Amino acid sequence: MILGTWPWYVGGPLVAIIMLILIKLGKAFGFSSNFRTMCSALGAGKSCDFFDFNWKSQRWNLLFLVGTIIGGFVAANLLSDNQVASISDQSIAELQAYGFESAGKAYLPTELFLDLTPKNILILLVGGLFIGFGTRYAGGCTSGHAISGLSDLQWPSLVAVIGFFIGGLLMVHVLFPLIF
Amino acid sequence: MLLGVAFGIVMYKAEAASWFRIFEMFNFQSFHMYGFIGSALAVGVIGVQYFKRSHSKDVDGEQIVIQPKAKSIPRYLIGGVFFGLGWALVGACPGPIFALLGSGVFSIIIVIIGALAGTYFYGVIRKYLPH
Repeated sequence: MILGTWPWYVGGPLVAIIMLILIKLGKAFGFSSNFRTMCSALGAGKSCDFFDFNWKSQRWNLLFLVGTIIGGFVAANLLSDNQVASISDQSIAELQAYGFESAGKAYLPTELFLDLTPKNILILLVGGLFIGFGTRYAGGCTSGHAISGLSDLQWPSLVAVIGFFIGGLLMVHVLFPLIF
Repeated sequence: MLLGVAFGIVMYKAEAASWFRIFEMFNFQSFHMYGFIGSALAVGVIGVQYFKRSHSKDVDGEQIVIQPKAKSIPRYLIGGVFFGLGWALVGACPGPIFALLGSGVFSIIIVIIGALAGTYFYGVIRKYLPH
């Protein structure tokens, strides 16, 4: 049970509880601000005032990030027995048509993440750029807007989440046929 | 940090860090991710409203105040679209990216480098962008 996929009604509430504990500790749940903190820690404050702030005040969030890395290690190595994302048959069929033979047989598409062709490197790099740029422009990612912001019933977060979905739908339905 | 460990485990085990699950979500072919976000929200809304109505204090004895987001539309919509494009392409949002790193998917480092560059790029051009 623990070694398999955790159902949504276990995962979702647990994430909310983690957020509520963070609030109780006087912190705001938002993962993507770590990218700004890391830029600042790498010295970006010298060339750009957006990164010129006391990044050490965000050290707790960097520790949260280190914890997340450890959590990924523990989940994959100690709490899993080669976990497979059992997605719907329809998704598997569509992905196989794109050439993803690993659909339904692995956690991630091995064709994209384990085969570092120039095309795959470009895909991962551009995807990262969009995530970094978009998340800071929108002032938050899935944790800050879709979970924290909406939990606080803030309409700007709803606008952001609508934006996330416009972008995601555009990518999967319009751009995927061109990319894969 | 322990909360981060818990977060990383949940993200991985509930498959919010699976590229396949994100593809499936944007194709509306499974309830899994919607149930995940929806149930997180159900618990989150109740918890946050309880904190606000009961005027709860945090562990330092400070009144719990959740900073309201600045009210505007362009930055959330345009920024959100960019984020969504990246989320669907890479199949992971920022938290799961680091959970995947821990799970041993080292190619995700390319995504992290891209995200740091993207964040820096935003910092440089933000004064020219509508907010």
